[in-house]
Amino acid sequence: MARFKKKNDKGTPGLNMGSMSDIIFMLLFFFMVITTMRESSLIVKIQVPQATEVQKLEKKSLVSYINVGVPLEPEKYGTEPRIQLNDAIAEVSDIANFVESERAAHVEADRPFLSTAIKADKNVKMGTVSDIKQELRKNGAFKLIYTTSRRAK
Amino acid sequence: MAKRSTPGLNTSSMADISFLLLTFFLMTSSINTDMGISRKLPPPAPEDNNEKIDIHKRNIFVVKINSHDALLFDGEIGDIKDLKTRAKDFLGNPNNLENLPEKKEVDIPMLGKYMVSKGVISLQNDRGTSYDMYIQVQNELTAAVNEMRDELSYSRFGKHYADASTDQRDAINKAIPVAISEAEPTKIGGNK
Repeated sequence: MARFKKKNDKGTPGLNMGSMSDIIFMLLFFFMVITTMRESSLIVKIQVPQATEVQKLEKKSLVSYINVGVPLEPEKYGTEPRIQLNDAIAEVSDIANFVESERAAHVEADRPFLSTAIKADKNVKMGTVSDIKQELRKNGAFKLIYTTSRRAK
Repeated sequence: MAKRSTPGLNTSSMADISFLLLTFFLMTSSINTDMGISRKLPPPAPEDNNEKIDIHKRNIFVVKINSHDALLFDGEIGDIKDLKTRAKDFLGNPNNLENLPEKKEVDIPMLGKYMVSKGVISLQNDRGTSYDMYIQVQNELTAAVNEMRDELSYSRFGKHYADASTDQRDAINKAIPVAISEAEPTKIGGNK
């Protein structure tokens, strides 16, 4: 039919790819922002020990972190290993409040599945870690994870 | 000057470049997941706990770590390399030896009657023990339990523990529990 005859036979017109890069860049920025936001900035130096029998943390939103290590600013917080809760240096006695606030931040259905991850530097002495464990026991936070990195068997 | 339309920039490769960046960030961020060894803490001991739980000596395997990260297994100096085999021998007691833990017959769904070991590994550490050493010991003990679970799963269900169904895993977990008991921390050696 003459009506549908092509006007010219110069091949298919190229798709306009100009907006494609914009969309991809948007995704890229989204992921960049998300990845930097997830980790609360550490103010203690932590190099976790290595282990072979590691499990992945299942639901990250249900895990609260206790960081232990030597502060990055020794002139401010000293050179002894300290505990970091959220974004501040804390004492062992602050763990009770921390556990309570973590519980309050979750809906009741999730509360039995809350767990605590101890992320401690490998040069920390067990005295500090034992104190934390005792404090967690007192406050009923029994599920515990020692964060490690994976080592080949 | 004659009117001339500017030629359009070829931006099709732009998408490729940004895709490359996107995949790079996706991959690096997913690798960064946290892993660890999970444990369950016991509920706090009551204050007026005078009665001692009577556990037969043969049912306890004592692992001690001192402040110099040296190990003591049941009173003998030991090496971390031997810990896994020692723990497996202790918990498994394949030859039903007199000096290794007793077993109790328990009816477990899917497994039937199974002789569950009464053995408990008692882990004691000093306040001066390094966290690294403590994790290495916990890791070896976990490895012992995991290997035993894997062996049982393979002999009973014909597949590895990791591939077993949830019910099968529950049954195996009951047959081979993580029997690690940690002593109440003691303050030895004066300084806190």
